[in-house]
Amino acid sequence: MCLAVPGRIVAISRDDGLLTAKVDFGGVIKRACLEYVPDAAVGEYVIVHVGFALSRIDADEAARVFALLAEMNALEELERS
Amino acid sequence: MSADTVFGACPVPARGYDRVVMGHGSGGRLSADLLQQVFLPAFEGQVLAALEDQATVELSGTRMALTTDSFVVRPIFFPGGDIGTLAVNGTVNDLAVGGAVPRFLSAAFILEEGLPLEDLERVARSMRRACDAAGVVLVTGDTKVVDRGKADQLFITTTGVGAYPPFRPPVSIAAARAGDRVLVSGTLGDHGVAILSVREGLEFETTLESDTAPLTGLVQALLEAASGVRAMRDPTRGGLSSSLHELAAASHVGVHLEEASIPVRREVRAACEILGLDPLYVANEGKLMAVLAPEQAEAGLAALRRHPLGTNAAIVGTVVAEHPGVVTMRSVVGGERVVPMLAGEQLPRIC
Amino acid sequence: MKFVDEYRDGGAAHGLAEAIDREATRPWVIMEVCGGQTHSIVRHGIDEMLPLGVELVHGPGCPVCVTPLEMIDKAHAIAGQRGVVFCSFGDMLRVPGSHGDLLGRKAEGCDVRVVYSPLDAVDIAAKNPDRRVVFFAIGFETTAPANAMALRVARQRGLRNFSALVSHVLVPPAIEAILNGEGNRVQAFLGPGHVCAIMGTGEYEPIARRHRVPIVVTGFEPIDILQGVLLAVRQLERGDATVHVQYGRAVRAPGNLPAQRVISEVFEVCDRAWRGVGVIPASGLRLRDEYREHDAAEIFDVASLTVHEPEACISGEILMGKKRPRDCSAFGGACTPVSPLGATMVSSEGACAAYFAYGRHLPATDRRRLPIADGRSP
Repeated sequence: MCLAVPGRIVAISRDDGLLTAKVDFGGVIKRACLEYVPDAAVGEYVIVHVGFALSRIDADEAARVFALLAEMNALEELERS
Repeated sequence: MSADTVFGACPVPARGYDRVVMGHGSGGRLSADLLQQVFLPAFEGQVLAALEDQATVELSGTRMALTTDSFVVRPIFFPGGDIGTLAVNGTVNDLAVGGAVPRFLSAAFILEEGLPLEDLERVARSMRRACDAAGVVLVTGDTKVVDRGKADQLFITTTGVGAYPPFRPPVSIAAARAGDRVLVSGTLGDHGVAILSVREGLEFETTLESDTAPLTGLVQALLEAASGVRAMRDPTRGGLSSSLHELAAASHVGVHLEEASIPVRREVRAACEILGLDPLYVANEGKLMAVLAPEQAEAGLAALRRHPLGTNAAIVGTVVAEHPGVVTMRSVVGGERVVPMLAGEQLPRIC
Repeated sequence: MKFVDEYRDGGAAHGLAEAIDREATRPWVIMEVCGGQTHSIVRHGIDEMLPLGVELVHGPGCPVCVTPLEMIDKAHAIAGQRGVVFCSFGDMLRVPGSHGDLLGRKAEGCDVRVVYSPLDAVDIAAKNPDRRVVFFAIGFETTAPANAMALRVARQRGLRNFSALVSHVLVPPAIEAILNGEGNRVQAFLGPGHVCAIMGTGEYEPIARRHRVPIVVTGFEPIDILQGVLLAVRQLERGDATVHVQYGRAVRAPGNLPAQRVISEVFEVCDRAWRGVGVIPASGLRLRDEYREHDAAEIFDVASLTVHEPEACISGEILMGKKRPRDCSAFGGACTPVSPLGATMVSSEGACAAYFAYGRHLPATDRRRLPIADGRSP
């Protein structure tokens, strides 16, 4: 389960009463239901699964992964020298 | 997992389908099974059994290339073309990848009762334009009409005839050798994704168009520039994977791909990510796969890139002696994996 | 693609694999729960990058594999009824029931349609008031909010011709069942990233504590998975057993509250049979009473189906990590991806399909050998 892909919200509207977003996934635009991430704004990234945005992407947390990697590399350099 | 695990002949026969399912038309293993189980036994003959994209036959001392194809695409009009353009280019390409120069086409139309004449006219005009661009002439045809619901608007079946140049390059799907390089003429998956983008239930907005195009000029440019062209295919349904598996099986070789080298448009990648599809299995309609002797690979690549249809050409892999019949790949992160043969249709997944 | 490409960097992946090699001093068995994680591991060849002593076992994280045979047979029976439009995610179309699969049904003339989103099935119901539209609502907690919304919308719009055949499963009870199982080899888990994005991490704390297993809630890209393995190995080496979130960019500890609310509004917890495993108490979701008129299991009389699981299939034991595909007598012979006997061969995430695809012919790569203290994985 859980094939969910990150995309950028480019527009928000109401479709048949449901909060809906147009999401840009690297050049392809598809609609997603935004009812579960109602505070998401245009320009933000969300993770979309079966046509539903499930979570906002926290850019700081995303960057942390690479900070940890850099830390690891630095440590390794130290150990080697 | 040891490499020498052997799965011996099992007394229990593999369970298959006793009716035709959509997967039989996917270009994957089920399609291959259909050939092996139904058609090859019914129609014996060396030429057919070679399973090339075109047949070489001799008529009154002259050798010709002959091919046939059917087009059932849904919807019939899509970004970048329509069923008529596909019919012409698809047939032309089957001839071209055998080294033949396509000359004449026939087309038989099965029309669904209720099809607007305007649509049929549009398709016919489209086909005429495609014929002119490809340098072929439609010389004969047929039409039949079936009850509403018995055909999805319009089916087209074609036959193409082509001439071989005096020196005919010995290209064959069975001719690949270890060390050969695998080239593609451009980005993969454009056609399949363009179709999906307008298919009901899966629609998405994109500027992507089908890549349908006649490959004759591109093939000729390649053959002129490089002498060691072993095999060529236009990877249509089932994608590059199907063509590579056909090659690997016929030539008794393995193929190793470099994922990072495979050209894919960002929109195609994105669409495949969303739907859980793999571009290696998605149809193309205007791309060439060519296998070249290693010392000719760079010359071949340069020739492809000089041609307008080949600007994104790339060397994507190597033919290897190991694991005959199997296609492997080094992923973008450096891990090794097998590219399995497509079983049936590739379906969008949630998992 | 942003937030995807960066997580597929070869250099970073290599670095993580080396770190795992350096830091693991003993063999460890780690289970990744989610089918999507399995898919990523197979697709990117991540298994091959790990040192030999660190073993990744594929867990029951694929709804395709675990949907009980009886439910599949019910689905096939409903699809075969007159006037029914049977809608399903693509994953379920090739899962074998007692007699063939949904694709076979389609070939027999049933109206079986693939949908991308459950809302598409609701649309079909709205546009075809004379047809009974049934949606196969499967999945883990990740898909439950979407399925719940579809049902809520159908009810609000008064679409009486729309119903769902519900077969939802929950992850935490499955993990408990694995840990409580006899002969369990799993020592740590890569927790399901998107399930936790919905449900939060709270349910996993007591599991980590009680069974003393590290649970690293991990994402799906190669960097995520490798980092998840590294973090799990670190905990194992230190003797820790906590819940740690690797996938912080999408997972917050409380989870997604609006989603949890709608799930509770539409569904309630129930016992659920897992294919090949048996009943795990409180491991599934079913429709609440208020939604009875949209419950396909109630509407369609498909009682007393005789289910027939091929005897050779040991999917259940593989799903729980107890056996490996090559331990099965049918693997690769009678049972292959084209003619699967069990669900683990059908799904590309199924352990058997994964092993079949990438295990058979790969020559031994030069993987670094890990010094193994006692010569055996526990």
